[in-house]
Amino acid sequence: MLKTFPKGGVHPHENKLTSAKAIKKMPVPKVVYVPISQHIGIPSIIVVERKNKVAIGQVIAKSGGYVSSNIHSPVAGTVTKLDKIIDSSGYKKQCIVIRTDAKNSSNFDEIKFPLKEEILLTPSEILQQITKCGIVGLGGATFPSHVKLILKEDNKIDFLIINGVECEPYLTADHRLMLEKADEIIVGIKILMFALHIKKVVIGIENNKKDAIALFKKLLKNEDRIKIAALKVKYPQGSEKQLVKAILKREVPKNGLPLDVGVIVHNVGTVFAIYEAIQYNKPLIERVVTVTGKKLKNPSNYWVKIGTPIKDLIEEVGGVPEETRKIVNGGPMMGKAIKNTDMPVTKGTSGILVISKEEASRKEVENCIRCGECIFVCPMGLEPFLLMNLCERGMYKRASIEDIMTCIECGSCSYVCPSNRPLLDYIRFGKNIARKLETVKN
Amino acid sequence: MMTESVLYSTLLLTLLGGIAAAVLYFVSKKFYVYENPMITEIEDILPAANCAGCGSPGCKSFAEKLVNTEDISDLFCPVGGNDVMNLVAEVLGKEVTEKDPTVAVMRCQGSCDVRPKTTEYQGPKSCAISAMIYSGETDCQYGCLGDGDCVIACKFDAMYMDKNTNLPVIITDKCTSCGACVEACPRDIIEMRPKNKKDLKIFVSCMNEDKGGIAKRACEVACIGCSKCDDICPKDAITMVNNLAYIDPVLCTLCRKCVPVCPTNSIIETNFPPPKVKKVKTNVKEKDEPVKSKTNA
Repeated sequence: MLKTFPKGGVHPHENKLTSAKAIKKMPVPKVVYVPISQHIGIPSIIVVERKNKVAIGQVIAKSGGYVSSNIHSPVAGTVTKLDKIIDSSGYKKQCIVIRTDAKNSSNFDEIKFPLKEEILLTPSEILQQITKCGIVGLGGATFPSHVKLILKEDNKIDFLIINGVECEPYLTADHRLMLEKADEIIVGIKILMFALHIKKVVIGIENNKKDAIALFKKLLKNEDRIKIAALKVKYPQGSEKQLVKAILKREVPKNGLPLDVGVIVHNVGTVFAIYEAIQYNKPLIERVVTVTGKKLKNPSNYWVKIGTPIKDLIEEVGGVPEETRKIVNGGPMMGKAIKNTDMPVTKGTSGILVISKEEASRKEVENCIRCGECIFVCPMGLEPFLLMNLCERGMYKRASIEDIMTCIECGSCSYVCPSNRPLLDYIRFGKNIARKLETVKN
Repeated sequence: MMTESVLYSTLLLTLLGGIAAAVLYFVSKKFYVYENPMITEIEDILPAANCAGCGSPGCKSFAEKLVNTEDISDLFCPVGGNDVMNLVAEVLGKEVTEKDPTVAVMRCQGSCDVRPKTTEYQGPKSCAISAMIYSGETDCQYGCLGDGDCVIACKFDAMYMDKNTNLPVIITDKCTSCGACVEACPRDIIEMRPKNKKDLKIFVSCMNEDKGGIAKRACEVACIGCSKCDDICPKDAITMVNNLAYIDPVLCTLCRKCVPVCPTNSIIETNFPPPKVKKVKTNVKEKDEPVKSKTNA
């Protein structure tokens, strides 16, 4: 019997078209657009000026506070302007435009990073290095990683969970990374264990990635401290709270963090970025992105420099097919349709999904028939139909009482609704208002 | 037998009624709550629109506030206007300040033909939600979203959506300046401006803060921040902030010099009599040739 979280969840068509495609290197773009707000928290502060020459990996925007992160130049080149560009929020945000220096060989040299297992730094140095290299959670939430690693004295952590679930349909970036960089990921896990003094680690992988499970089991034969948990395929298992519940049967309290039940969760992508940052002092300037879609000529996985325009990526896989309705930044469940393809890849971009007309159209909204499907699938045990009705009528205080803030915005309710009601749209809106009301109150 | 039962039931009911009346009488005396009779009187004067434009939740609570506050000079009923406030002042024997009547204006004229759509929005039909998701169907991230939150918010039927332009239209005669639409608009497009005599108004009908080229590409009638109106204004009523002109309604003397110089026609004049415009045109013609062509355009 495979482990999974007990309450709710859906199982959409997996459509993992690219799971057998090795990660290719994306050619270095001519111009990169690096937004200064790529993570949750305070935007970074720009430290370069127009016409400055920047080296690869140089800090171009420094951390703006505690919950913030450094941003490094993904290429060697010249800062052409400090402009505004539409980011995934749909609004124009500040970004740094860098023109790649075509003559500088550091842009194009293939640097080999051989496996390096020995850990030379002390735990506090490891933490500093992670802060310096601007590592953020690469699972999608882009929460600055160093914040997760700074523990207070009363935090007793006994488990580290590595999130290799990738429950979003279509996306295969983490899957390919686990297959191709398994040794590095294991060293990364050991670095985290050493830094946090944790003895027990579980790697959670969904059962549709049997090759990754087998590979890790083989590599970790002689390692007692690290275990593999094969999980039943169910969305949203990649969410921290659901994953902790699935693996350890521990319930994260509402409005709490996994830290409150003695667990730290990190994505496999993040662990690999931490490995590179600690062993090779490499800042977070590139990540794996799945470029996929049923109508695309050649969907695949790519190592992409942060700041590469999405249109370059789509050109690389054969251009935008005819009858395309939407291009989504992220997976089909949590991702957000983008406004134009000038938008750059950021630290949080795990996939680019091109959806055709027949797949993307929203159907006509009908009345709620009180079937209760949304309650049945909600992994947080909420009543989505009630929350939507309250938000529609502007009863935000009541919605707060009904725990609207615990919603993880997984979209399972909108997915199952037989009347095609836009449940998540209204709940998200209500959450924004409820958050504002709370800050006003405080 | 028959008469007896009729008699008893009648007597019993009368007795019960009497007891209930006595109890009710004593209770109402015992728990009597004194309410200032002025409150009802003031409430009768107020327009009973319950629009919350004054800041209170309804007319009754506004009446209470008017009666209970010493100095009511900063309280104002936008729906009733100066007439109602003067009546209130007369009844209460307090002083009120006269306020110029205001009216809502729509500061966006990006209709479908001048502001092309670049994306399609399929989500719930609400400006607040689409503004939360992204910057709208056009390339202008400051303009009207066209889902009509303001029309829903208006309780006086003073607004409707124009199907051809997909923009809300304000019926000035019906507008009571309660401010509900200003609150409802997530883009702060609607502004309360003084009504002036005969509803004459001049205002910049654009909110686009982008640089000229970007703004013009997104919308033909966008303010491109060229400052021509700022230069020509004799009263310094126009300020330029973030590539956007704003006409201060207090300083503006409605001279209309800024209207013809605007290269994108984003400054709007309303309700000026048409013959006067002709006169202005001839005046301009005598003075300066090139400006005239712009007036015609």
